Amino acid sequence: MTFLERLHSHIRGGVHAPHRKHTAECETVVMPPPDKIILAMSQHLGAPCTPTVKVGDTVEVGQVVGDSSQPLSAPVHSGVSGTVTGITELLLPGGRTTQAVVIQSDGQQRVHSSVKPPVVESREDFLQAVRASGLVGLGGAGFPTHIKLNPKDPDGIDTILINAAECEPYITADYRECMENSWDIVSGVQAVMEFLDAGRVIIAIERNKPAAIAELSKIAKSVSRPERQVMVKSLPARYPQGAEKVLIAACTGRRVPPGKLPADVGCVVMNVTSCAVLARYLKTGMPLVTKRVTVDGSAVAHPKNVQVTIGTPIHDVLAFTGGLRYKPKKLLMGGPMMGLSLMDDTLPILKQNNAILALAEEDVTNLPASPCIRCGRCVDACPMHLVPPNIVRAFQAGDVDQMRRLGAMTCMECGCCTFSCPAHRPILQNIRLAKEAVRQAK
Amino acid sequence: MESTLIVSSSPHLHSGADTRGVMLDVIVALIPAGIASVWLFGWRALAVELVCVAACIAAEILSRWVLKRPSSIGDLSCVVTGLLLAYNLPVSIPLWQAALGCVAAIVVAKQMFGGIGQNFVNPALLGRIVLLASFPESMNTWTAPVQLQGVDAVTTATPLAVLASGGDLSAIPLDQLFFGMRGGCLGETCVFALLLGGAYLVIRRVITPIIPLVYIGTVFVMTWLLGANPLYHILSGGLLLGAIFMATDYTTSPINRSGQVVFAIGCGLLTVLIRLYGSLPEGVSFAIVIMNILTPLIERATRPLPFGEKRRWLRRG
Repeated sequence: MTFLERLHSHIRGGVHAPHRKHTAECETVVMPPPDKIILAMSQHLGAPCTPTVKVGDTVEVGQVVGDSSQPLSAPVHSGVSGTVTGITELLLPGGRTTQAVVIQSDGQQRVHSSVKPPVVESREDFLQAVRASGLVGLGGAGFPTHIKLNPKDPDGIDTILINAAECEPYITADYRECMENSWDIVSGVQAVMEFLDAGRVIIAIERNKPAAIAELSKIAKSVSRPERQVMVKSLPARYPQGAEKVLIAACTGRRVPPGKLPADVGCVVMNVTSCAVLARYLKTGMPLVTKRVTVDGSAVAHPKNVQVTIGTPIHDVLAFTGGLRYKPKKLLMGGPMMGLSLMDDTLPILKQNNAILALAEEDVTNLPASPCIRCGRCVDACPMHLVPPNIVRAFQAGDVDQMRRLGAMTCMECGCCTFSCPAHRPILQNIRLAKEAVRQAK
Repeated sequence: MESTLIVSSSPHLHSGADTRGVMLDVIVALIPAGIASVWLFGWRALAVELVCVAACIAAEILSRWVLKRPSSIGDLSCVVTGLLLAYNLPVSIPLWQAALGCVAAIVVAKQMFGGIGQNFVNPALLGRIVLLASFPESMNTWTAPVQLQGVDAVTTATPLAVLASGGDLSAIPLDQLFFGMRGGCLGETCVFALLLGGAYLVIRRVITPIIPLVYIGTVFVMTWLLGANPLYHILSGGLLLGAIFMATDYTTSPINRSGQVVFAIGCGLLTVLIRLYGSLPEGVSFAIVIMNILTPLIERATRPLPFGEKRRWLRRG
């Protein structure tokens, strides 16, 4: 390690984003299944599913309605019993379109015959069960869990990181999981640890959640054994602490090289709620059909944590929480740092959704950009040690090689640069375009 | 509801920082040195400062108008330039000369290269150098602080000039230097006020202490190694003003931290070399301007490595 590299490793990136965790003490409220759900066939990273049902078919709770033969995919299940009334096109917030299965509920909530605890006797059984559960990374990225838990070199994995950092402002969905279902988390941890044969599990939480740290530490201690260690690590409350590469570096000191996966440095990172959902699936056989989302934002009358059926239209969720106080200027799926802004409130809740935020006018920053003063705040804030304005300049010059050299593809789009820019420049937006230019040039 | 929603790229939160706020913080940090200048050199110091600020604002408005560009005085950067240039002038400078220096700073160094963020040297320092070359007489006439003189204004030599001509400074107590009771430019003499301003900038996170500390540290080590008295070199001359307020100028110093270290070491080395071996008694302005020009090269050579990449010493770019 050279002197300069050592210097770099001491300078942490990231920003102090306001926490705004108003809903931290709001116990989860279960929303009854709505009359109609819309199930997008692409609720994960990877190949979209194709519907396995036709219009007019009768479906039941837990029944597969979409699946794919591609390995990087996860099946979609119905959360209601009723009738398929349509197979439509849906415009996802990212801008892609996907097929969607629309199901009219009959209100009976009849459970499908396939819902029974899986028989797991081997590693293959386990991975099969994880796939069948429809589980994807619930932290937001939606990476299919059965792929994540099946690394190329399983013997090389020595550490499993359970991500409970929840560094995005507003969101408390994972925190509530820690407070309400801590035993599910730990039994999920034990299952994953056993089937991956990893020696240690680190549950990583930001320091601003002392109650969750205390709760999980207590349980972790009771199940930890010398050859199967379970520990809780508290991390500074600094955005983006929960970003995969940042989390691995903070917990293990290892750095994932660009274009590589956590498994390449011996780690598997799993969201804390994903872990608990997995434990519940192994116990009951009920696949991922409901999800806790934090409903908050200055336009929301009564911020809450709500357990909703996946596929519930957002306006139904907002209405259930008590509606809106002000006319929203922005509607976000996910947190304010990395979430996607929506065009309308008819979109359904997706598996990887952890928050719906409705922001009133005063919370929507829309200031004109002024010239860059080269203050370096974006450079200091970048957790990936990039020099954002240089990438933007290379993009504006159309120099793909330079964009690549400057590490454009290492950008994880956390938004710290744009957040900290005193000139209000759309830095991240330009880096996204740069990344697209690099992809196109390949 | 649908039609009124704003759809934009994340992040949807902002830190609230803005350029005007940053410049306002710099102005606040410069106030103690301004008060000290009036205390030391009388009301004419204030007159020079006001003329410089007014001239910079006027030059900014006029040049933006001629260039058909939107007005940019709202960002307050021209006020900072005006104050800094005034702090780099002797109290006795004719006001029209001070104003001319401001025009050179704003028009030549800043607006002709594209305005804020585009200047390749520190505008205030360029203004000072233009004046130094154009009016050596008035730029080298130093008035003693009112505390050290009788009824009439007395001209004096700056401590660095005394040192350069082989004189001895041991007659001047260090605390007198600390509070600025010596000949010199308006804003440079009162070390106490400058440190106060510097501390404010660091606390408000406008600057990091890297450049000032490394710059001053380099001067300390170099003067000590070369047999001069480091304390006199730090406390007299324009080092503190330069290290805290000029070398930390965002636009003309490296954007990355390791680059800032290299930049500050360069400033320190050049300052000492000019002071000890050059024909000028003071070298801060020239040292910073030369390092300003080298900034793009330093940045290129010290570019931080993207997270997880291994350093290859023969890399391009």
